[in-house]
Amino acid sequence: MARTAISGRLGERLRWRAATLVGQRDETPGARTLAFDVPGWPGHLAGQHVDLRLTAEDGYSTQRSYSIASAPDGELVELTVQRIGDGEVSPYLADDLVSGDLLEMRGPVGGWFVWRPEQTEPVLLVAGGSGIVPLMAMIRARRQTAAGAPFRLLYSVRSPADLIYHAELQAPDPGLESTFLFTRETPADWPRPPARLTERDLAALAWPPSAGATIYVCGPTGFVESAADLLVGLGHDPERIRTERLGPTGG
Amino acid sequence: MPDVEPVPDAATDPFAEETAIPYEDGVYEDGNALAGPLSEIFAVDVTAAEGCCTGCGTTGPIARLRVYGPAPGLVARCPECGQVVLRLVRGPDAAWLDLRGTVSLRIRLGE
Repeated sequence: MARTAISGRLGERLRWRAATLVGQRDETPGARTLAFDVPGWPGHLAGQHVDLRLTAEDGYSTQRSYSIASAPDGELVELTVQRIGDGEVSPYLADDLVSGDLLEMRGPVGGWFVWRPEQTEPVLLVAGGSGIVPLMAMIRARRQTAAGAPFRLLYSVRSPADLIYHAELQAPDPGLESTFLFTRETPADWPRPPARLTERDLAALAWPPSAGATIYVCGPTGFVESAADLLVGLGHDPERIRTERLGPTGG
Repeated sequence: MPDVEPVPDAATDPFAEETAIPYEDGVYEDGNALAGPLSEIFAVDVTAAEGCCTGCGTTGPIARLRVYGPAPGLVARCPECGQVVLRLVRGPDAAWLDLRGTVSLRIRLGE
């Protein structure tokens, strides 16, 4: 099915489609999930992203890329937007949209930072902050297809309040092990003091290099660089490490 | 929130000074960000294609390049040597794609 979605693009250039906001919910004080109905949506793979185009009444137009948060679900596409204080677009998306609002969406795009349900090897997901979004799509796609690949997630955030999808990640999901890591503030009685991701954290959680796991790392640039370097230092094949940096244009 | 790019070591890298300049701000995305803009031009996803850099011969997916932009266009550099691998500028009625640093692209296609 996933293949059909991709090959369906052959010979057809991606075009902007109308996307209607049909629902939204707060995930954390800074992050909100937006659900769009996108007629003609061709389906997507977990890890892919979309470009959103917003046009003001005076004709000024701007676009941003967002990772898809949801597993494939017909013409429904969910994005989770992290509000960036002085950003031009994210505060608008996170605060000002109401149901029925119309945006333009182009996608899905990206064929490298993706997970396909046919993959059977173990998977390690390493998320920093809102880098969890495309990894959550992978977790959801795995659950949706009852895929057998075992998943481990290491999710680093500043404080417990910053955990996006917290309840969903704590709910039982056989074959998925989630570990949270806090960099500034931990829950009470948390054994690990607040600190950035270390080699020890990864060594404790990662599959051994011999397991041939595919590793997906997503987060701010510094986080991604650091995590990827630590993983290579632990003996993981750089070819098996796929990274996606949350770029500076995300505002 | 990009971190500051480490300064290349002049002792081991003869081009350290040149390559240090564009990296100073450390403000880049990775090649995944090219997926949308390139989808206007190509019918298949090019970010998963293997590119070979004219600067150092490194081969790897376009998704691994470091992309600077967006204005006036996107500049994608080799993560190993800093060579400009491709540039993409989108004008109102045309796209300008400059593949100056690309020896070749290996694009996986269906059977």
